[in-house]
Amino acid sequence: MSILSLISKGTALPRPKPGQSPSLFVSNSRYLLESAVSVTGFVAAILVNVLFPQVAEIETKVYQIGGLELTANLAYRIVLSGIVLLYAGLSVFSFFDPARKEKFLSRVAFRFASGLALALWDILGTKLQWLPMPFFPGPSRIIEAFLLEGGFIFQNTLYSLRLFTVGFASGVAFGVGTGILIGWFPKVYYWVFPVLKITGVIPAVAWMPFALTLFPTPFSAAAFLIVICAWFPVAFLTAQGIASTPRTLFEVARTLGAKTPYLVFHVAIPHAMPQIFTGISTANGFAFTTLVMSEMMGQPGGLGYYINASKVWSAYYKVFAAILVMAILFSAIMKVIGAIQGRALRWQKGVVR
Amino acid sequence: MSGEILLEIESVNRTYLDTDENSVEALRDIHLSVRHGEFISIIGPSGCGKTTLLRLIAGLDFPESGEITLKGEPITGPSPDRGYVFQQGSLFPWLTITQNIASGLKARNTYQAHKEEVPQFIDLIGLNGFEKAYPHQISGGMAQRVAIARALINHPTVLLLDEPMGALDAFTRADLQDKLLELWKNNETTMILVTHDVDEALYLSDRIVIMTPRSGKISEILEVPLPRPRPRNSHDFAAMRGSILEKLHLASAAPQPEYTI
Repeated sequence: MSILSLISKGTALPRPKPGQSPSLFVSNSRYLLESAVSVTGFVAAILVNVLFPQVAEIETKVYQIGGLELTANLAYRIVLSGIVLLYAGLSVFSFFDPARKEKFLSRVAFRFASGLALALWDILGTKLQWLPMPFFPGPSRIIEAFLLEGGFIFQNTLYSLRLFTVGFASGVAFGVGTGILIGWFPKVYYWVFPVLKITGVIPAVAWMPFALTLFPTPFSAAAFLIVICAWFPVAFLTAQGIASTPRTLFEVARTLGAKTPYLVFHVAIPHAMPQIFTGISTANGFAFTTLVMSEMMGQPGGLGYYINASKVWSAYYKVFAAILVMAILFSAIMKVIGAIQGRALRWQKGVVR
Repeated sequence: MSGEILLEIESVNRTYLDTDENSVEALRDIHLSVRHGEFISIIGPSGCGKTTLLRLIAGLDFPESGEITLKGEPITGPSPDRGYVFQQGSLFPWLTITQNIASGLKARNTYQAHKEEVPQFIDLIGLNGFEKAYPHQISGGMAQRVAIARALINHPTVLLLDEPMGALDAFTRADLQDKLLELWKNNETTMILVTHDVDEALYLSDRIVIMTPRSGKISEILEVPLPRPRPRNSHDFAAMRGSILEKLHLASAAPQPEYTI
């Protein structure tokens, strides 16, 4: 449950029964203590960075960022302080809502451990440099990449985001369209489905040589690859969702006076919606891979390009910086898609878990 | 109005192929006239073709030979004029109760003209407070009431009910039967109910059509002369129940070989 109940094993704390909110059992002082624990790990990481002696020799550069003079360590401490403030704020924000409170409490142990892990990494990667360099830089070194060329990383992030949005949105639109046609018209199913099945299993990047030759710009070539990689799972699952619509629902609609367009758009497509979203989630993962791979193999920008360009100079801390940005960016994209899905499928709430 | 012939079923036959490609006679030489405003039940053991007959009237299926006419017009396909209530699970799960009831109006683009009727029908079936619920959030009995309202909002001449209460518990069923009678009286809709529940048929109908299994024939059409409301424990009710059960038993006894010389 939480770090405190893990530590204080044996002192019989009231355990919530299944289905009962644990927040009912948490007194205010206990909540305060748990909140403190959730930031303690990060505070420890700051203290380690400040107090632990710098044993290994490193070069300390000073960067001018918006009138501030920052070193890598200073920037790292600022980031950690930001995290501490964020969780402290979250603690206050969650205090008034039982559901948020429960969620906050369930994550205390993980946040505590994350802080400790950062402290350990800082010691091994920066302070002692026991990790093999330059492959595993410390956390402050990764932050340094943003100090050094934050603007350039941002540009590349925007490039990736633009490429992803264009490719993925058209891929999903194209996939849903094809899926509806395949699911609805037996003739289209006969002619197109086998093509979909065969071409769908080929990793999209295999088409790269053709894409680069056939498309006028590298951007459109990569967008094309993302389109076809998203197309397959979306089309496949949309077709399945359409074709599996119970006959009764069509018959109901017909006895209510519905004609074909209503049957397609108000019966078959809503019925296929859960599967369309499963397709979109699957396509999402494929699309990230295709995005980064195609950027690494011939784009003038993007996070994949940035990784490749940094690798050439053995600047692995920059590679990690790009990976960090990807982790945040892709999680955010998944979150947005998840929110859209939750909204579109709210009628399912309570039916499926 | 009442007494006038509304629906005419003449020498209707329907066979279909089963999984082994054998042709099975679902309906054989069916004759039935339904008067305007009548409440008719079709009763029989499973496999006697009663649902097939209802589907033919709905226009969801077509007879091989014979003809079905409504007000003299042959039936060519489904129409909101012949409302259909399915056994269960026929609500659109992605629409709220209100949206489900309005779905017929929306499908025919008449929603704007009739939208004030939607809350009236929710009132009528007593589901106030559940307007924004989704089908999985309400009970089976409520769901069937919604299905009935969804068909009735189109003001059908005939309401076809395919064992709408088959999957409900006894209390909910009795409740829904009363609701159905009330709706029938107030709307003057002709009702054709398929059921395998003798009590239900007796409680509700003016006439009961008894069908035989396999070759799908009408074995008898019974008038129910009892005045409504019909107490289920009255002597007359029990007597009629007994005789119908006997007839059903005879009807479902092992088929006699037919001799053709």
